[in-house]
Amino acid sequence: MVDLKGKLVLALGERDGVPAPTLQKCIESGGGQVIYAATQCFA
Amino acid sequence: MVRGARFVLAHVPGLVFCGSKPRREFAARDGDLRAMLRRRLRPFSAAVTYPPHQVMLGALAPEALRGIPRPWHLHPIVGAGPEGPAGTMIDEMTFYAWLARADTANLVHFTEEFALRLEGLGVTGRPTALTADRLARALADHGEPLYDRQETTVGVVVPGHEQDEALSAAVLLENLAAKVTGALALSRLLDDAQTPEINYLLGCGEEAVGDRYQRGGGNLAKAIGELAGVRTAGGADVKAFCAAPLHGLLMAGALVASGVHRRVVVVAGGSLAKLGMKFRGHLAADYPILEDVLAGVAIDVVADDGRSPVLRLDTATVHRIEDGVAPHQMAKALTLAPLQAAGLRMRDVDRYAVELHDPDITEPAGSGDVPAGNYQMIAALAAQSGEIARADMPAFVEAHGMPGFSPTQGHIASAIPYLPHAVAGLTGGALTRVQFIAKGSLFLGRMTTMGDGVSVLLERNPAR
Repeated sequence: MVDLKGKLVLALGERDGVPAPTLQKCIESGGGQVIYAATQCFA
Repeated sequence: MVRGARFVLAHVPGLVFCGSKPRREFAARDGDLRAMLRRRLRPFSAAVTYPPHQVMLGALAPEALRGIPRPWHLHPIVGAGPEGPAGTMIDEMTFYAWLARADTANLVHFTEEFALRLEGLGVTGRPTALTADRLARALADHGEPLYDRQETTVGVVVPGHEQDEALSAAVLLENLAAKVTGALALSRLLDDAQTPEINYLLGCGEEAVGDRYQRGGGNLAKAIGELAGVRTAGGADVKAFCAAPLHGLLMAGALVASGVHRRVVVVAGGSLAKLGMKFRGHLAADYPILEDVLAGVAIDVVADDGRSPVLRLDTATVHRIEDGVAPHQMAKALTLAPLQAAGLRMRDVDRYAVELHDPDITEPAGSGDVPAGNYQMIAALAAQSGEIARADMPAFVEAHGMPGFSPTQGHIASAIPYLPHAVAGLTGGALTRVQFIAKGSLFLGRMTTMGDGVSVLLERNPAR
């Protein structure tokens, strides 16, 4: 387990896997701060 | 000048089983995933009355979607039909009939009963029919099955070569699907324009046509033209991921402006691989499978006719190798910088056409609202440059943006679905200027970490 509290996170998602907005929700619920979120490709 | 653009949507629920994501998920997981997907496939009537599709066909303005509660599949447009001023929607049977007609190498075969039904549509002669035994053998010998919405096997595509992965049955089906949808869009454009003579076709689809020594060799443009009955044109393809249609539009404009050709049509077929790409999100949300259409496009680029909107080639901008790829850097390079260079403010652009993915498709899969994110970035640029107050950003988005309405067909969703609406608004409507902005994820091909982008302004013809 990674303790996300206070961590700055780059969230890189996949369009047909786990996209960035979903990663962001998980990270923020664990106390991390997402400073960059992008999904490859754009949708 | 851009005289017009037309789209074709082919509703192909049976081909969702052949999409890249469903294919991989079925192979990786046990259980009744196939049955769950099958139960959520829409009939043609539901795909026709789906509000975003009516926007693609030009029968509904994009802004009208704001007045329809989401998810939009729960609020069909009652009485809507498959023909609109900007395009046509065809059903699966019609698509399969065209697939048979497009098959110049005799690789597509159907069951005897299905072949008879296809012949009855009048699109093609009788397609090659196989007995049940021969069909089973073809399927066992690396054939790609063709299904209908009930997942009944209605035919097969056989490989083009027994050892060539570039000519495998699955790849050939992808390429034929692109050929058919591109050709149908081109046919519709020519029917409406009533002037058949084209000098050049620029293909900009996502398919990779070729053999083992020329994977992605291309020039589907000419094959599309041939199937559409065009005789006067040559052609070639432009490859640039989702940004290819706008790159193609710039090249078409340049070819016409320079006098090399009088009329160029930018054309692309749909992406079979992307069917059902987010089906797991749709199943989880209890939605129908919304990625069940292949989309083709044709864009008519001509010399000045005193009427058609002007493609402002002086404002054409491409993302350069030295430009950064962070979202704000790309937005600045593609949106703000060319406007400033042209002496324009961001408010001088009536509408920004960005990646126009239908949010009902992307949100259940957790991908968010793609156009809304883009408009937020554009509004932030307007605020950052001091043109609007920060508090006015939502109003800027409302006035200069639009809801997404395009199928998630990559290159198709990339700004161009607004073209028919822009041409209408810039000729008979209230629009003066539209900026088209497309991006491409070059990094997905593992050859670079770069992205790509293109933008250009389309303006009312000064003669009007």
